[in-house]
Parts: sequence; C-alpha cells; structure tokens
Amino acid sequence: MTSVDQETEKDKQAFWQKLQAFVGKEIGPAQLSPDEVNIPMIRHWCEAIGDNNPIYLDTTAAEASVHGQIVAPPTMLQAWVMAGLKPRVLSGTNPYEDMNQLLFSKQFTSVVATNCEQTYDRYLHPGDRLSMTTTIDAISTEKTTALGTGHFVTTRQDYFDQNNQRVGSMLFRIIRFRPATRKNPSPHVVRPRPATTHDNSWWFDGLQNGKLFVQRCTNCQALRFPPGPVCPSCVSMDWHPVEAVGTGTIHSFVVTHYPQVPGLEYPLPVLLVDLDEGVRMVMNPIDTDIADIAIGKKVDIVLLATDDELTLPFARVHK
Amino acid sequence: MNTPSLTIADVQVGQELPALDIPLTRTLITATAIASRDYQEVHHDPSIAVERGSQDIIMNILSTNGFVGRYITDWAGPNAFIRSVKVRLGVPNYPGETMKMRGKITAVDAKTVTVLVTGSNSMGDHVTATVEVVLP
Repeated sequence: MTSVDQETEKDKQAFWQKLQAFVGKEIGPAQLSPDEVNIPMIRHWCEAIGDNNPIYLDTTAAEASVHGQIVAPPTMLQAWVMAGLKPRVLSGTNPYEDMNQLLFSKQFTSVVATNCEQTYDRYLHPGDRLSMTTTIDAISTEKTTALGTGHFVTTRQDYFDQNNQRVGSMLFRIIRFRPATRKNPSPHVVRPRPATTHDNSWWFDGLQNGKLFVQRCTNCQALRFPPGPVCPSCVSMDWHPVEAVGTGTIHSFVVTHYPQVPGLEYPLPVLLVDLDEGVRMVMNPIDTDIADIAIGKKVDIVLLATDDELTLPFARVHK
Repeated sequence: MNTPSLTIADVQVGQELPALDIPLTRTLITATAIASRDYQEVHHDPSIAVERGSQDIIMNILSTNGFVGRYITDWAGPNAFIRSVKVRLGVPNYPGETMKMRGKITAVDAKTVTVLVTGSNSMGDHVTATVEVVLP
C-alpha cells in the first residue's frame, strides 16, 4: 500500500473523483424512528439541555400557547431517528457505508460534524412517527483543518410523518479526517543549520566542545571574526585560535517578527555583540526579557546545545 | 415557569438578547449526547476521544442545536415558533469550559425575526447560528 504521506496531487484528485460517484445517491431505504415522539424522551432532553419552555412538558401552558398542545423541542428533530447504541444494519446496498469504506482506506477514520442546517415545517407532537430519507449531497476535495486532513461530506435528510407529509429537513456536514497528531506526526523541527566550510567548521566544532574561539593572526596578532583563511589586516594565512573570555557589550540589535523561520521562536531578538576581545558576533539572547535589551548593555555569553548536533553562543543580557 | 412571550411588536433590528452562560460539565456533555441518542464515543469516552485526535470529549452537534433553540425561546417565550436553525461549528466544547451565548436581531420581516447567535468558550466561537423565529 502506498503511504498516504507520499500521495501526489494527482493521486488525491483521482481519489476525489472516486468519491464523487457517491454524490446524489440515496442511502438505503427510509429510516423509521424507533419510537413515536414521546414525553419521556422530551423530558430527558429538556432536563439535559436545561430547557424550561413550558410548551414541551406542561399541558396547560402548551394548550394556552400558539401551539395548542404539547410539542417536542424543534431541535430534537434529528434525535427521533437516531439509531442509538446498537448500530443500524442496512440491508442491500448502502452507498454511505461504501463511501466510508473508501474514506477509511485512506485512514480518514475520524469524524467531526461542522455544519447543521435544520428547517422545521411544523412542530412535532407526541404520537407522531417519523421516517427519514438521506441523500449524499456533496463531498469536498481533500482539505486540511486544525483537526487534520480529510473530506467534508454533506448529507441531506428529509423527515416525514406517519401521513408521509414532510415535517422538516436538514443539511448535515461532517469532516472525515486523519487525526493530525497520531497518524501524521510533524517531524521535529530543528534550528536551521549553519553553512559550514573547511575554513569555519573548526569554529563550530569548538562550540560543540564547549569553547568559544576567536581567530588570531600569527603574523600580525590581529583578532578576526567570522573565521576565514586570510588575515584581512596583513593577508597572512597563518593563524591560531584563542579562547574568548565570554563577555561583551551590545553594539546593536533588532527584534524580528516576520518572516518566521521554523525552529525559531518569535518575536526573535538578534544581537550584535562586541566581545571584550574586540571582535563582533551575531547571536540571539537567552534568559532575557526583550524589554531588557539595549545598546551598550553588558552580556555574558553562554554556549547552549540547541539540539544533538549544534551548539551556539547566546547572550545573557545583564539587567 | 411563567415565561412572558414576545410579539413581533416587541422586537427590532439590532436588539440584543439577554446573555446566557452555560457551564460545560462532563455530566452535561454526556447527558445531552445521550438524551439525543448519540452514542459516538467522542461524546462520552475521554480515552477514545484523545485517540481520535481530540483533547477530551466534545459536545455533540444535536446538543449544540438544543442549546441554540433553548436560548431563543428562553428569550422569546412559549409563543415563538422556530422556523430554522442553521449552525456552523467552530472550536469544540470541552468539559470545564463555559459556553457564553449571545444573540442579536439581524432582520425583522413580517412576523419572522432573524437572530444571529454565537456560543463562545475560552478558545473562540463554538457555534455561530442563524435562527429564524416566527413571533405572533
């Protein structure tokens, strides 16, 4: 089986085309409600919802109202035909189940309702017996939401009474989706890698070993940073590393809000720090409130492993 | 409960409905799901809800409809006839949250009043509903 992670847009389009075959199909025979509209179910509903409208349970108040008799809460419409704990077994072909099996084949196993539009032709009375027909109204292309990736499926339900008069209808939309957290774990995002070369990798290796180095020209003794093969003062190619003390002063800084690079936290202050040895380095602060950052402030430089492979200098700004 | 019932003369566009705050207990979410005969595990079983990508059990849409209907008739009274309830769901209603229901009249046409209802919790709007209700 091809992993869903490796699907191309073409694969997804082809899958959606397969799903479209179900649109417009009526799902099984009409579903008859297990019970007539009845007072006990209305009572459970009103208690749970906390609905004290007297027309649902108080005969006197109901008769005095425009409704003239006890009526069921209109928003219970769908509840009357719900299958309940025991799943309904449909005989014959069932396009909805076939559609679900197709969705399950791509691990779109989870379901959440997103829209429900009910229209009531009349209020129901105790003794009414409903039946419901369902049609697959629409299936969306693959969409990614906060819940995960999946397809929106809209069905239309029409509700009829014992005289086959329509009493209400409903458009109901769900998303069938692959949970975002379990099936598609996002890879751990690490800080962007520095561009290393033969001329600067020794410096990053130093950090990895807990040492912050500066380059010193063996010929003219000038310090330099960033690392490079040639002394900018005397063009000598002889150099040696010296370890920095790890203190400095903020020369300048910016606080970056946008664009945001994965692996970094925003707002992100970026500091130019003059090391006490006399070279300037760019780094982010650590253990520092943005409000405490100012030009001229003293910093202590801390070496911190951002992941297993990378250690970088960070500036702890003095209060 | 003796609810005064509104007539069409009592309402106008822009009018706001009284606020209704509903504390969402685990019992409320489960009881309303079961009262609507909805036994989907995500509405009562926390471990299965988490396995399916949710943070906890969530209110089912039938109950959301029920609360929208109640909110309308708590305000409009027993002579109101709800014509339609069109619900769009946003963030889930988890146990421990409070759903703050607010409403505003957006249209009055003959005897039909259109009310925009929102039910929000600490994460945002759980429900945005357009309700058409006929008043005497």
